[in-house]
This record gives sequence, structure tokens and C-alpha cells, in this order.
Amino acid sequence: MSEADGSAEHGLAVGDAPPPVDPPGPPGPPTGGGGRHGREPDPHRVGDLVRTLLRGLGQLLVTAGVIVLLFVVYEVYVTNWFAHREQHKVHTALEQEWNKGELALPESGLAALDGHGIANLYIPRFGQDYAWTIVQGTNDADLEKGPGHYDGTQLPGQKGDFAIAGHRVGKGEPFLNLDKLRAGDSVIVETQTTWYVYCVIGAGPDNAACDPSAAGASLSHTYADPSGTKVPGREIVSPSDGDVILPVPSDAAVPAQQASTRYLTMTTCHPKFTAAKRMVVHAVLGQTVPKQATGNGRYDNAIPAQIKALYTEVGN
Amino acid sequence: MYAWLWRHLPGTLALKLVQATLLVLAVVALLMFVIFPWIEPHLPINNVTVPGK
Repeated sequence: MSEADGSAEHGLAVGDAPPPVDPPGPPGPPTGGGGRHGREPDPHRVGDLVRTLLRGLGQLLVTAGVIVLLFVVYEVYVTNWFAHREQHKVHTALEQEWNKGELALPESGLAALDGHGIANLYIPRFGQDYAWTIVQGTNDADLEKGPGHYDGTQLPGQKGDFAIAGHRVGKGEPFLNLDKLRAGDSVIVETQTTWYVYCVIGAGPDNAACDPSAAGASLSHTYADPSGTKVPGREIVSPSDGDVILPVPSDAAVPAQQASTRYLTMTTCHPKFTAAKRMVVHAVLGQTVPKQATGNGRYDNAIPAQIKALYTEVGN
Repeated sequence: MYAWLWRHLPGTLALKLVQATLLVLAVVALLMFVIFPWIEPHLPINNVTVPGK
């Protein structure tokens, strides 16, 4: 704060604090225009300095507060603009590849596609507009583009677990409302050749199929099965719990080759705005709708009636 | 700090207002496009993954 040296101008500055008022008390020599910064030892001098310091501190604190608010704006809005721009790029690239008849997903070496779109994700519960291109990989750069497919987990429709991660707040927030999913809700994954309709597992133990009787029920927040081998619809786990994306979630005993159920797992942070826990939603494969091949490695991308019907079911 | 800045902006009141606005916008842009993106990965608020294989 270099205001102390500019104190002679105090009374003139526009927008500055009003000039200090002389305190009552034993009157010194009458102070006229500008005369108060006189030569004699001046109590005003000390007052000015204190005032300047306090004002500086106040401004600093207000500035810090404004910066924190701006950071919230950045997290909640600005990162979304960036993410949607990136998402648009990967979506367009994937569309072009499909139209050219390229990008058959490799069984191995998927990691080479890091940051590259591999499939599209739709969730009828979240409305017609909800469409995300899933990218390969789950590092920060991948997840700024959209939901990311965990390296080493299975491909859509395969036996085992197709596991994806996505941001909950900001960065496009694909999984903002993951907690609003209900038992039996459809999660649709569109690959180049096929529509896979996964069904969110109902509350309670279920590790093979989507229990129709549970459809529409809210997912329980926690579920602990003593045997540890049943897969819940939703679980809140510690950030270090990597077992939830195993070929059979939370069952390390079954290797991918022996997995018999086709799972989809989605992970995001929990609660919102923190990384204290992870929310995990599991679904199992229901219908599979192959696309019509149109030759030269291309497929008909029109949305089939069965898929459209899933939106009407939930009123979207 | 701000008073000092204001006193040192040249020109008429209107001109000062324009300059002050530009300065504010420049600082906000610096925060949004440089500082926040740089600082954010170091904050424990945006981790959505579990450790994979």
C-alpha cells in the first residue's frame, strides 16, 4: 500500500474515503485548506497510517472473497463451456469415423485410443438432450471431454464390467444427477454396430439380472452384503475402492474370462463438490439392438423404435 | 490500493471508468483462463475415479 506517501492528495481523490475529520480537543493552530499536514509533530500522521493499513487490509479481504466467488463461477459454469467444446470435438470425430466405416473397437490395445471417443451414452431418465460421447481413459484430460472408460475394463456388451467415470459438478457434469437414477432405469450405450440397453440394478442384492419388481424404486444409498458377492444398484464407497469396477464388481475371485454377467458401472464423486467418497451405480445388460449394416463397414445410425420407446416409458 | 490505482489512471472520469473496467476484465480473464485451470487439479474436489487395474 503506497498510500502513505500520497496522503497529501487524500482530500482530492475521487472515490476515496472522505478526508479525515479533525478530532475535537485542544485546538491547535486553526487548520485551513491543506494546512493539516504541517511541520509540527502531528497525531494525524499516525492516524493516517493506521487508516491506510486498515483500509488496505479490508480491500485485501474483500478482494480475496471476490476471487473465491469467481472460482465457484469457474467451477460451475466456465469449466462446463470448456468441457462442452471438447465433448463436441470428440463426438464429431466419432461420428465421422462411424460414417467412414472406421473404428471397430480393438479387443486389446484400447489404451491407444486414449482421449478418443469410443461410444455414445444416453439415459432416458435424464431427458432427450442427455447424450455424451464416452472417451477412452480416465485421466484428467480425458474426463474434461466427457465420461471416460476405465482402461482394462471390458467393452460395451461384453461379459464382465464396462466401467466409466464422469464428473459430477462442472466439466460438463455428465453424472450430476446420477443419484436420481431409479431401479430399472435404462442406460443406453451406442457403439458403432450395436445399441446396448443396460438396466440399473434394483435396491438389494442382485448380481445377474434387473429385477422387474424393483423397477421405479429409489436406489438405496448404501448396501452391504455380508458375502460381498452381490452387486447393488448403488453404493457409496471410499475413493480407494477399486474393486467396484472388477469384471464382477466387488468380487475379486472371478477373473474376466469366467465372468458370466454383462455389467455397466458408473463412478463419480460424492457428495457433490467434494471428493470424500465415490458414488457407484451398477447396471446389467438387458436388450441388445444390433444396427443394420449398410456395407463398407458402415451401419445405419437411426434411432430404433425400441430405443425411442425407452424414453416414453419414463415420460421423456 | 484501489484508490491509488484510480488516482493514477490518466484522463477524464469517463476515460478512467473505461480503463478500470478493462483492468477488471483483464484480471478476471487471467483468473478464469490461466490461474484457475492451473490451480484446480491440485484441489481435492474433482476426483471421480476409483483406482483401476
